[in-house]
This record gives sequence, structure tokens and C-alpha cells, in this order.
Amino acid sequence: MEDYEIVIGLEVHVELLTKTKMFCSCLTEFGAPPNTHVCPVCTGMPGVLPVINKRAVELALKTAIVFNSEISRFCRFARKNYFYPDLPKNYQISQYEEPLAKGGYLEIDGKRIRFKRIHLEEDAGKLLHSETGFISFVDFNRSGIPLLEMVTEPDIGSPEEAEKFLEKLKQILEYLEISDCNMEEGSLRCDANISVRKKGTKELGVKTEVKNMNSFKSVRKALAYESKRQIEILKRGEKIVQETRLWNEKEEITESMRTKEEAHDYRYFPEPDLVPLEINDGWIEEIRKEIKEMPDERKERFKKDYGISDYDANVLISHKGIADYFEECVKLYNNPKVIANWIMSEILAQIKGKVLKKEEIPLKPEYLVDILKLIEENKITVNTGKEILKEVYNTGLSPCEIVEKKNLLQIQDIELIGKFVEEVIRENEKAINDWKKGKQEVISFLVGQVMRKTKGRANPNIVRNILIEYLKSLK
Amino acid sequence: MKEKIIKKEDVEYLGRLARIELTEEEKKKFEKELGKILEYISKLNEVNTENIEPTYHVLPLKNVFRDDIPESSTSKEEILKNAPDKDDDFFKVPRII
Repeated sequence: MEDYEIVIGLEVHVELLTKTKMFCSCLTEFGAPPNTHVCPVCTGMPGVLPVINKRAVELALKTAIVFNSEISRFCRFARKNYFYPDLPKNYQISQYEEPLAKGGYLEIDGKRIRFKRIHLEEDAGKLLHSETGFISFVDFNRSGIPLLEMVTEPDIGSPEEAEKFLEKLKQILEYLEISDCNMEEGSLRCDANISVRKKGTKELGVKTEVKNMNSFKSVRKALAYESKRQIEILKRGEKIVQETRLWNEKEEITESMRTKEEAHDYRYFPEPDLVPLEINDGWIEEIRKEIKEMPDERKERFKKDYGISDYDANVLISHKGIADYFEECVKLYNNPKVIANWIMSEILAQIKGKVLKKEEIPLKPEYLVDILKLIEENKITVNTGKEILKEVYNTGLSPCEIVEKKNLLQIQDIELIGKFVEEVIRENEKAINDWKKGKQEVISFLVGQVMRKTKGRANPNIVRNILIEYLKSLK
Repeated sequence: MKEKIIKKEDVEYLGRLARIELTEEEKKKFEKELGKILEYISKLNEVNTENIEPTYHVLPLKNVFRDDIPESSTSKEEILKNAPDKDDDFFKVPRII
């Protein structure tokens, strides 16, 4: 293994966060009933005319700017011709010889992973296969959703690096509000080209293309498997076959697609239904102004403005939704360290790794702040606060509603506590006699009894003081 | 006689790309017809096009955009109307993989 090095290049597609499709005004929303966001344009009816969504171009420009890519001042769309049931026109409008941007890079751990090109295209429909029959069902809601294709140079040196690259890419695209980057919903897709070679050789080895990975983790696993497979083949003195292989998530192996691979012939030609794009400095500058704070900058600001640790800042900024949530809470309740702790220990535990936008976190910022204030004002204990948080998260009720419903307020009323103390004294004659004989540890026992009666909602110090006074009056 | 622009293998290849089955007769027919079309088009080669920009579009337009504003889509019933095979929600096609 050590004698070989791995060479990986990624091809990433992300669905852009526009409201409407690339070439028509149908909605892009995920999860709509099948074939309801469709029109003659995105179903490839004859005689229709596509019109470019300006926002999609702008989001692509934003991406190109952030990755320092060279933006083409003049570019065109092209037709990529192939037949497949999810492609209603029998061609995909894409870009070929004149991509929107070339070059650029993304830095991970000080290493630059270069981009070959970044271009715009449209998504295809979605095929659902029937379990038994020979039939597939086609849903064209996804057909025509703007896609950004990003192709890297073969600069990635390990499966782990590929995973890191994708995580960083996702983080940046989330911050730019370019895409949801949700691999499970298919708004981010990734194919990989991978080859291996003896260390020290310059020539690239024969590569395979690996597809069908549905999470960053499976990208890493698939590439680890595939690189090992290739190295073993070379070690046996055999040759690697250039082919497309599919990742089998269940068995954790890559499998040859075993199709008769006639070289792809997409017969690209300039799309005659669309006029060219001319992108001038003014437009680029306008888009540049839209680029807000990026993750690394936000981290530094969090440390400086809120006085939180490097580690905490890193956790909070890792997802834009969480960072936004944190800041929203701080605006309502100026106690950043407490908020950071609660988000990191309690909220993240509830979210369980699922990345959400600020608005999608079931516990509203106001509600977290309500809980923290109740604790600060000694109305509830920290533990009660944690319980309430879980309940708010799961029910959507406000903390105050839950406190009231469950009668969870910490008991402040001295008279009320006094009543419980009296009860406990009546019920524990033996303990009282022990105390009279000088057994001091009885007090802790009695405090515990009172706490039990108040279901933990009394302040133990107050209970102790009241109890001692009562006992003294008995002497 | 000039060398043929289109050979039988070319027609067969085009047939495969277009996913259509061709009979021997059709192959002969298309070989002839496609040959004629290309021969006609090749007349353009007689013109000197040096220093002339290729025409990608007949109108000198650029940057024709729409704003990202949703409009109502076509109804599912309407869009499925012309499908050769369908159910209540989907187009139905033969399974590919």
C-alpha cells in the first residue's frame, strides 16, 4: 500500500437555490407531488423557447468569485445529446467549450485543490423503478432545475481528503446560499475519478469512475475500497480496466456497471434557442458585494465579539444554520457563553447531526432564551431547563406553556415550603428524636424528604434554613 | 466517383445513437439521403470563411434573461395527456437499468 499514491478528481453537481427552474418559471421546491411543477418547456414539448434565469447565473458567478475562478466574459450554452427516459428533450442544455468559469481552487488544510471548470446546466427528471416489473415511473419536477457542475483537477490525494474537500465545499456553498447541498435529497451529487500509481512516477494510472455514493461518508468509503482494489490488481501484475463502477452501499464494494461502453458521443453543439452571456466587470462587482462573511471570518468574529473559545467557535460556525441560530439568541439574551454551551450540549444533541437552517430548528431562539432566563431568575433548576428544552423541541409548545402545564416552576414561596417542612416533620418522628439526641446528619435526610415532596422544585438552601428554624423551635 | 461521405456503418451508428432500429432497406435509403444532404451542405466549403466569425445565432442578441419569479405550472392532467403510457401521477416508461 505504502508504495502507491492515490489520485482523485471529483465532479460535483449542486442544485442552485433559485425559486424557479433554469429555463422556465416552474417552482424548484423539493418534495412536491409528482409532475406538478412542470410546463411545456421543462417537459421538452416542441416549439417552446427556454429563457435563462438571471439569478441562476448570478449564483454561479458568486461561486466562481469565491473560488477565485476565471470568469468567462463571454460564454454560451450547448446541447448535450443523449437518450434517456428522464431527459424529455433528448438533450440537456449544458455548457461545453465555453464554461462560465475556469480554474480557481478551494484550500483544505493549506493545500489547494484546483478546479478545472465551473459551469451551468439543467437537471434531468427523476426515475422511480418499480420493484417487480419492467416499468419505470418518470417525475419531471426536477427536470430543468439549475445545476452547477464543478470539476476538480486530480489534486486530491486520499479518500479522507476527498471527504474533507466535500465538507468544506458544502460549508462554503451553504454560507453563500448557493445550494442546500443535501446529498440525501440529491441537491448535491458527487462522482469521482480515481487512479493509483507507484510513488515517484509522473504518469497517471488507468482511472475508473465511481458513482452512486449518497453521503460524504460513502464517498470516502467507496474511494478507500476502490483504491485498495486497484492497488491489489497492480500488485498481482494485472491491468486496471477503465470503466464506470457503482458503489454498493450495502455490501460496501464497488461493482462494474458491465455495460457495453461505446465511447460517449454527445454531439455537443451551441444551443440555438439561447443567446450568449456577456458578463462585464460591473456585474461581477455587484455580485461580489453580495458575498457576506465566509466561515473562517465568522469564526474569528465569534471569538472576538462573543469571547468564546476557538473550539466553541469552530463548532458553532460549522453549519450556517447553527451559527445564525446562535447569533439570533445572543441578540435576544446577551450571554453568549451560556448560549454557546446550551447549543453545543443540548440543541446539537437533539438535532443529531441533521443539518438544518436556522428556521428549521424546532426550538425557536426565543424559546431557548426563555428557558435560560427562567434559570437565571431561579424560577427553574438547570435540570428542569434541560427537560423543558427536550419537550419544547418535540412538541413546539413554548417553555412557559410547558412550565405551567407541568407545574415546574421552582418554589420560591417560603410559606409554601414551610408547609412541606411541617408535613415532613410530622411524618418523621423517629428522625426528629434522633436529631434531638444530637444526630446532625438527620437534617440532610429531612431536606431530601422536602425536596421529594416538591418534586425537586424547591431551592435546597432555602429548605435547609427553614427546616433548621423549625427544628430549633421544637426544642 | 467521389468517396462516399456517409457509409453504411455511419448510418448504423446514428441509428444506435438515436435508439432506433433500422431495416436493411432503410439503411440503404438513409445512406443515400444523408449523403445527399451532406453533399449539399458541403457546398459551403467552397466559400472562403477565413476571418469570419461563426454564426451561432441569427440575431445579434446577448443576455436575454428572466427574473427568478415563479409562474403557475401546467396541470399534471394536462401534461400527462399526451403520454403514450401513464398512471395517475407518472409517465410510464420501459425500465432501463
